[in-house]
Amino acid sequence: MSGYPLLSLAIWIPIMAGLLILAVGRDSNPGLSRILSLIGALAGLLITIPLYTNFDASSTVMQFVELAPWIPRFNINYHLGVDGISMPFIILNSFITVIVVLAGWQVIKFKVAQYNAAFLIMSGLFNGIFCALDGILFYVFFEASLIPMYLIIGIWGGHNRVYAAIKFFLYTLFGSLLFLVAQLYLFIYSGGSFSILDWHQMPIPMGPQIAIFMAFLIAFAVKVPMWPVHTWLPDAHPEAPTGGSIILAAIALKLGAYGFLRFSLPILPDASHELSWLMITLSLIAVVYIGFVALVQADMKRLVAYSSIAHMGFVTLGFFLFTPLAVEGAIVQMISHGFVAGAMFFCIGVIYDRLHSHLISDCGGIVYRMPIYAAFMMLFAMANAGLPATSGFVGEFMVLMGAIEVNFWVAVIAATTMIVGAAYTLWMYKRVIFGPITNHHVEELTDVNKRELAILLILAFFVMAMGLYPEPVTHIMHTSVNDLLRHVAISKLQ
Amino acid sequence: MNPYVLDLITASPEVLVLAMGCLILILDLFVKDPSHTSTFVLTMLTLVGAAILTLFTSTGEVVYAFNGLYVDDLMGDLLKLVLYLTAIVTLFYARPYILQRPDLRRGEFYVLMLFATLGMMVMISANHLLTIYLGIELLSLSVYALVAMNRDSVASTEAAMKYFVLGALASGLLLYGMSMIYGATGTLSIPEISDALVANASNPTILIFGLVFIVSGLAFKLGVVPFHMWVPDVYQGAPTAITMLIGGAPKLAAFAITMRLLVSGLLLLAPDWQGMLLILAVLSLAIGNLAAIPQTNIKRMLAYSTISHMGFVLLGIVVGVVGGDARFALNAYSSSMFYVVSYVMMSVAAFGVIILLSRAGFEADRIDDFKGLNKRSPWFAAVMMMIMFSMAGVPFFIGFFAKFSILQAVVASGQIGLAIYAVLMSLIGAFYYLRIVKVMYFDEPIDESPIVAPMDMRVLLSINGLAIALFGLFPQTIMSLCAFSLLRSL
Repeated sequence: MSGYPLLSLAIWIPIMAGLLILAVGRDSNPGLSRILSLIGALAGLLITIPLYTNFDASSTVMQFVELAPWIPRFNINYHLGVDGISMPFIILNSFITVIVVLAGWQVIKFKVAQYNAAFLIMSGLFNGIFCALDGILFYVFFEASLIPMYLIIGIWGGHNRVYAAIKFFLYTLFGSLLFLVAQLYLFIYSGGSFSILDWHQMPIPMGPQIAIFMAFLIAFAVKVPMWPVHTWLPDAHPEAPTGGSIILAAIALKLGAYGFLRFSLPILPDASHELSWLMITLSLIAVVYIGFVALVQADMKRLVAYSSIAHMGFVTLGFFLFTPLAVEGAIVQMISHGFVAGAMFFCIGVIYDRLHSHLISDCGGIVYRMPIYAAFMMLFAMANAGLPATSGFVGEFMVLMGAIEVNFWVAVIAATTMIVGAAYTLWMYKRVIFGPITNHHVEELTDVNKRELAILLILAFFVMAMGLYPEPVTHIMHTSVNDLLRHVAISKLQ
Repeated sequence: MNPYVLDLITASPEVLVLAMGCLILILDLFVKDPSHTSTFVLTMLTLVGAAILTLFTSTGEVVYAFNGLYVDDLMGDLLKLVLYLTAIVTLFYARPYILQRPDLRRGEFYVLMLFATLGMMVMISANHLLTIYLGIELLSLSVYALVAMNRDSVASTEAAMKYFVLGALASGLLLYGMSMIYGATGTLSIPEISDALVANASNPTILIFGLVFIVSGLAFKLGVVPFHMWVPDVYQGAPTAITMLIGGAPKLAAFAITMRLLVSGLLLLAPDWQGMLLILAVLSLAIGNLAAIPQTNIKRMLAYSTISHMGFVLLGIVVGVVGGDARFALNAYSSSMFYVVSYVMMSVAAFGVIILLSRAGFEADRIDDFKGLNKRSPWFAAVMMMIMFSMAGVPFFIGFFAKFSILQAVVASGQIGLAIYAVLMSLIGAFYYLRIVKVMYFDEPIDESPIVAPMDMRVLLSINGLAIALFGLFPQTIMSLCAFSLLRSL
């Protein structure tokens, strides 16, 4: 294994790059900020590649571990490590950061240095969340990442940005504060340890397990977001700039789901089994009900936001079925959603840059002016609907297979998403891309430029590749998922 | 050696500040320079000298002086060092502010600051009820005068009047409570009170009666609900430089006398005073956070925010003794101490930013004055943002670890419900801190004039802001210092 502290580098390179950009970036010279942030983002991506190539997919222990005391008074450690579940997300996050920097290249003209710095700092913090093995370290990254997102929505967002930013912040803070209290309880209960791995081994009686599970649930459910605490997301998305939407959909939503895998399931296996009916019900409501809500949206971003909630419902559904196929499918779905939702928001952003609107009614007939764009969007829309041979299909299919093993009716209800999802995505596509040209703004559209084409090509490659050959992704998580489920199957009651 | 000489050495920081205070008062008569630079420099040197003396006379042991009126221990030394630092920083921030205002631009300002500092030092090192009272009065009288110094301002005069009347009432309450304790135990010395309680040689009814008055008096000095009425008015009415003084260092001294009175003296009555403080803390968290939301004046908003912060400090003191078991006491009290120190660091910085934005004839004390600060000065907008997020308890800032350590003490005592209540209240609090960030970053500036402030203040304020972030990344040092000093003192 590599001797370098790769995980620390993955966290701190983007953060340092962000601070550097803040220090040297001037409003008079936005080009410098853009170049620097692209270098920072690419460096951050490059440093994560050895994580994949040097990863031992057959091992169940944490890899690339770094352990140093941070606050010895409370036994808080700077403890990093990844397994097959968290490692893909670090790479996904670093990759999406590059996309985001490119996506805002010509579009963001106001406070460029601060914009790019916020994204780079957030990227580092997200990496920290995915590799933290100490509860408080996790929490610190988890909550600190709210600050850049708050600023991104509030400074570069749309007309209702202030409301959306504050709602986003307070909603997520509410969840995480209860999470903190639950962690403190675990700290006292374990006799003074914040190590997540210690908590995994610690027996806990049923009563506290249920209480802690609920606290974790509120924190993670807000972040995922699950019905009924999802209402911040459709407000935040339309107001966020394109880059913000991409990061929000591709990475930020995964944090809550990841929290279930890292905290709820292994620390509280009995409560997880006991309350799986609740989780499955909430997930199914998200899948079906939110799917119908998405159908009637007039705003493209809101529509994709609701579709994200429905897709994340599939993820939480998969987790609480407790079969390897379903859990792996859910993780694949998370990664795929990162690419697909990121791509969808990028596509909407391309239109927004030209029309300054993401209302469906302002579009129509775009295919006559932007044929290349229309073709790419077709692919992503199909992936969003879960068409076979795209990445969107793999995860959903695996979760459905897992569901059938567990309960036929759960699978039937979940499968309706295949229809509803196709309905809202394709209906939106039809209204935006086809039909007669409705107004003179559409008349004047120009097709994608080279920068946009490059981003679309890269995203399309990954969407197709994951759909056709998901093996490189699934094989690294296989051992970790099985180990997790073996762990969850053992009762912690005494 | 003569025991009096030893006593004087032990109390040498106080002696130095007292002597220099009197000397500077006289010397200032001969200063012609309208900016009183020499007075300023001498005041600074005095504070630095006091810091050096405190460091050198610190033995790490508990040393009594003047027949047990005075105590020198590690807790006192640490709090005093923070106090000197706060006073120095306060003076640096205050200087450009008072130079622009002829009424404040006087030598008495520095002398009164020194006497207020001396009062706080006496409070911190008091080992006797009368010494505590002496310290409180020395601090209060100096601050009354400072608040009223802006003679032509109606708001300042009103604030001074309110502060004086209510402060005198609180001193009366405290004094009355002390006399009750004296009646019950027959002594005014804190260790002897503790001994009398252990020997069970006192009348419990009178003791509890006195305790109620003592707690009320302390609550007034800390500014917690329902003894908080003066806080918003005085914060808003006093000149910002004075508000900074009131809002910062005295909390250190109030914490110290709370420790001395309640923990060193009346620990056996912990179940009684913990119940009282619990009510104060719960109310302060609610009223402080809720009342801060509709404020349009940032000084008033910070006043309510102070009330809620003091509620957090009390939470740590409340959970020290659980069912007669004082095992968690050190952990809990040191969390409170850490909270006070972090709070002072944030509070001084917040008022520093207000002063930075104000200039002659313009106070910058409305929240609207912060609009679009990011466009006027990205760096100081970032500093203010760090202060606000720190106060809201968001990591990586010191305020998060302050709240964290209090919460872990509360959870360790088994009162999970109280911890959940506290975090819900701090969620409400997050809203008004977010609003400040919102006006700085999301709104357009209404005041485009450049920021005028001397370089030394800019640098110091930047260091102050960075310290909030730095100690948020590495809080271990201050945390352990607080815990260690309490361990060696109580």
